Amino acid sequence: MKKIRRHRRRFLKQGSALAGLAFTPAAWGALIPRSAHAALSQRSDDQNALVNVLYGQRSRFVTTTRVIEGRSHPDRPAVRPTPHRPSARTPLSDSVGIITPTSLHFATQHHYGIPDINPAEHKLMLHGMVDRPLVFTVEELKRLPFVSRVHFLECVGNRPSPRGQTVSDTHGRMGCSEWTGVPLSVLLNEVGLKTDAKWIVAEGADGGKHTKSIPLPKALDDVLVAYGQNGEPVRPDHGYPLRLIVPGFEGIYNVKWLRRIKVVDQPYLSFQEHSRFLSPDPRTHPDTYDFGPSSVVTFPSGTHSLRTHGQYVVTGLAWSGGGAISRVEVSTDGGQTYRDAELAGPALPKAHTRFYIPWHWAGEEAVLQSRCTDEKGQIQPSEAEYAAYWGLTRQELYGTVQSQLGHCNWMQPWRINRDGSVTNGLPAVEEIADVHA
Amino acid sequence: MYTRSAVLLTGVLTSGAVMFGHAQEVSPSGLGRPPSATELRDWDLSVGPDGTELPEGTGTAKQGVLVFTRRGCATCHGPTGREGPAHALVGGAVTRSSNYFPILYWPFAPSVWDYIRRAMPYDRPGHLTPDEVYALTAFLLHQNGIIGEDDVMDRDSLPKVQMPHRNDYTVPEVWTPDHPRGFRILP
Repeated sequence: MKKIRRHRRRFLKQGSALAGLAFTPAAWGALIPRSAHAALSQRSDDQNALVNVLYGQRSRFVTTTRVIEGRSHPDRPAVRPTPHRPSARTPLSDSVGIITPTSLHFATQHHYGIPDINPAEHKLMLHGMVDRPLVFTVEELKRLPFVSRVHFLECVGNRPSPRGQTVSDTHGRMGCSEWTGVPLSVLLNEVGLKTDAKWIVAEGADGGKHTKSIPLPKALDDVLVAYGQNGEPVRPDHGYPLRLIVPGFEGIYNVKWLRRIKVVDQPYLSFQEHSRFLSPDPRTHPDTYDFGPSSVVTFPSGTHSLRTHGQYVVTGLAWSGGGAISRVEVSTDGGQTYRDAELAGPALPKAHTRFYIPWHWAGEEAVLQSRCTDEKGQIQPSEAEYAAYWGLTRQELYGTVQSQLGHCNWMQPWRINRDGSVTNGLPAVEEIADVHA
Repeated sequence: MYTRSAVLLTGVLTSGAVMFGHAQEVSPSGLGRPPSATELRDWDLSVGPDGTELPEGTGTAKQGVLVFTRRGCATCHGPTGREGPAHALVGGAVTRSSNYFPILYWPFAPSVWDYIRRAMPYDRPGHLTPDEVYALTAFLLHQNGIIGEDDVMDRDSLPKVQMPHRNDYTVPEVWTPDHPRGFRILP
């Protein structure tokens, strides 16, 4: 063992000299201990380096982590030990490209903890208004036709706000991944739909058995039963081993730890559903489904600091539940003038789209904001346009919980101050009394 | 039945997913198996707004008081369901900051039954008997002033309970792939 360790140290010291050389199986044999688990559980300093070979780690100079939210109800202390886990937001201010690393992808609060599911024992049942109810194992699902598609996943809790310090505060409840799985249309064809089928009800295997009604036309359109995320199995806090991906729809539709799909003839209006589906205001109905066009500048954004004058790129993300992003415009003067941004990479349907504009900063005060247009011609609104549509004052807008508003897709400006600091560009808003909705 | 159909279809089908004795009832891929009657009954937790799937069982508010205490509900929701620290189950209002609607504002009584059976008690969900769930549902509906203390809740009576805010709601249109969003700002 000692010899092997010495050998490994020598190897690591010579790492730069070896770079570019092909590894031989013998070299790998010397590096990898008999039990990889032993290396992972008893790490010495040089074993840490070995672990890095087995499972790549980022540079020690990269320290970005998810952002933990406070307790969802600070006024309601837990009276029993609970499995509740807080929400964690994506650190968007450090993001590049369109894919969110799975380890940094937002995960909403898990009221019932994260189930520890053995995929060999997990099953998915499809039943209800079908010709032949069926139970599939995970292994069987992987024998069916599959697709890989890049889609954003956003919580309805995302909202531009003057109270957000960072872009994670305002928009961190979203991420974008490549999802691999079986189209739900394939599975519904396996079971055969009866003629009066109109909705499906999906259910997870978590303690609370989260359940959500989804209109059948959507289920047949582009919904996936996903087992892969960014080239690896979906991780436990994202629904291992199976989750539903409902592209462009609110995050709550994307049922994790999926175990059952029932085909029915009406929305089932379970807990959390009736308040969204059954609003007396018909204007809110379209907003219970797909997100409208949205975009936000991620650099420079709140708490960033521009240290020198000169050339920068203003960059950010645009996305829409309505399809692909066709245009992004960026303003550096708070919306008085706009110029078209470059789309830096693919503009995929219902996916994050990265944009940028080159920008020369000479030390002046500036207000940066972006707006986007999707392939349906829908244009992201300003705060004033959004408030006017719903007939709300600014105080009412920010005094109303997100789940009672439509999707909050207005523009979020960031202010560049003369000293290079970056702060929220929305004017402060006073708190208002909580009143009957 | 399974044996007979398997015999009848031997040589026609190579898959093990033979069921119900009809060739057209085999899935196109031949993968998957039909759930047993027990699985269909035990796994199907969904109870729709009209209560179609409600099982046998009964309960009254009077019985619910005991269950509420015995099963630990009061520990989180308070002795009468009002005191917390968890969400108040009795009374309440929908305000601008309401993330969850109070039960009083739920449009359909079977949804209450569904959620209690599905997710409660919080530390041990899924362990209540149908009778206990009917009793707890009756207790909460009575505490909210919707039914009487001795009203028996079962699969027939619960769906007939008229929730006070039922008519405040409208059912949404079904989504279609080219469905327009209500919010459309034109240049």
